[in-house]
Amino acid sequence: APPKAIPKTIENQRVYDETTVDPNDEEVAFDEATDEFAPYFNRQTVPKILITTSDRPRGRTVRFCEQLSTVIPNSHVYYRRGLALKRIIPQCIARDFTDLLVINEDRKIPNGLVLSHLPDGPTAHFRMSSVRLRKEIKRKGKEPTQHVPEVILNNFTTRLGHSIGRMFACLFPHDPQFIGRQVATFHNQRDYIFFRFHRYIFKSEKKVGIQELGPRFTLKLRSLQKGTFDSKFGEYEWIHKRREMDTSRRKFHL
Amino acid sequence: RTKTQNFCRNEYNLTGLCNRSSCPLANSQYATIREEKGRCYLYMKTIERAAFPRRLWERVLLSKNYEKALEEIDENLIYWPRFIRHKCKQRFTKITQYLIRIRKLTLKRQRKLVPLRRKIERREKRREEKALIAAQLDNAIEKELLERLKQDTYGDIYNFPIHAFDKALQQQDAESESESDAEKEEEDDEDMDKREFVEGDDSDLSDFEDMDKLETSSEEEQEEEEEVEKKASHSRSKGKTPLKGPARTKRSYIQIEYEEETEPTAKTKAT
Repeated sequence: APPKAIPKTIENQRVYDETTVDPNDEEVAFDEATDEFAPYFNRQTVPKILITTSDRPRGRTVRFCEQLSTVIPNSHVYYRRGLALKRIIPQCIARDFTDLLVINEDRKIPNGLVLSHLPDGPTAHFRMSSVRLRKEIKRKGKEPTQHVPEVILNNFTTRLGHSIGRMFACLFPHDPQFIGRQVATFHNQRDYIFFRFHRYIFKSEKKVGIQELGPRFTLKLRSLQKGTFDSKFGEYEWIHKRREMDTSRRKFHL
Repeated sequence: RTKTQNFCRNEYNLTGLCNRSSCPLANSQYATIREEKGRCYLYMKTIERAAFPRRLWERVLLSKNYEKALEEIDENLIYWPRFIRHKCKQRFTKITQYLIRIRKLTLKRQRKLVPLRRKIERREKRREEKALIAAQLDNAIEKELLERLKQDTYGDIYNFPIHAFDKALQQQDAESESESDAEKEEEDDEDMDKREFVEGDDSDLSDFEDMDKLETSSEEEQEEEEEVEKKASHSRSKGKTPLKGPARTKRSYIQIEYEEETEPTAKTKAT
């Protein structure tokens, strides 16, 4: 009898991306040691995040911002009353913020995210979709506590994915408090990054139970800029070009 | 179109409504204010030129100064009916005000409207759903947590030491076995291939035939390597999908934060 056939999944058939990171790659390791996230990974800086929205946020966005700030420790929500981003950024740097998170809003729902690492770091622009607030998630857990959560980054394989993953890692303080038993997950699948926030409990040696608390959303990377946010003069490291990049169903970039 | 009044479509109309008194076609002596590229002009039409359509409308540039311009209007329309004069000035005022507002707004940030594309929207949505299903997030998270538990990132918080000990013992036994195996097999050429295959996980030339041959022996070795490896779990299951069953999603994950934490403990464990 012929051997059992392996079903072809998109992940199996994925077009080999030449920028995939080899775990033993020295160049990558060297790059990572010297790029903008190095001070964070060397534990020199403590992350401090500023969350804000576009003008005139609607109720849903506001609540989403609040929930995000409970999820990410050491984060502050500030309202943007028509201030230009270019002017906010030097102020933030002056006040020692490490990251800026802007949630863009359209028709009363949040739909975009700009994450920028502050002291002159890269800026990533995402499209956010399927945002669920805490009360819309079916579970019966309580709110997230103030403990520092753990971070899981899944499936960030290419160089680009690697740098995005590190950006996410920078949002959270380095020492998770395992007493809190909370974990924030960024899972990349086919260029969509799913964010979940769970509380886990080990029922036995091989069984773990997770309970979802906290908001959830999905992100899709639109562009990555080298410097801080600058729409006109910034140097783009990567832009999603629809015509070129969306042609094949098996090719992914993250 | 309001209940009582229509709008006039003629571009030389002074008030914008369609009335007998404010229609440029109906009145042979008429004046309007129009602006072009930020400058205001006074247009006048008189009976004498009614036969020459090309020279019908006479144009006068008004000064940029608001009050001066009002005086200019006055002196140009000096003997004209009051209604037209008044409406001209009103129109001029309105125009200057909106020009000022335009100038102010262009200095502030402007909202750029980017059109959505329905087909692309729908496509993205479908793909997202499918990706979500393919991701099996809960399973993935649970596995990751169990992995971290095994690798002792949590220290001694959880009281399953006995189990862990047993596991460690088993691993060590299996490891010693596989090491001896590896030593025996050092001489063959085939086994160089095996070796390469096991270490160089990322080879994209994984032939399925080779896989079947190396199935059993490489599996054990790989499992040990995975768990005992110091560089915590940079593993790629690409070459192993036929072994682990159907529809295995590619699991390559990166523990970025805890490399430092696991390294010391793993070192002690291996010794």
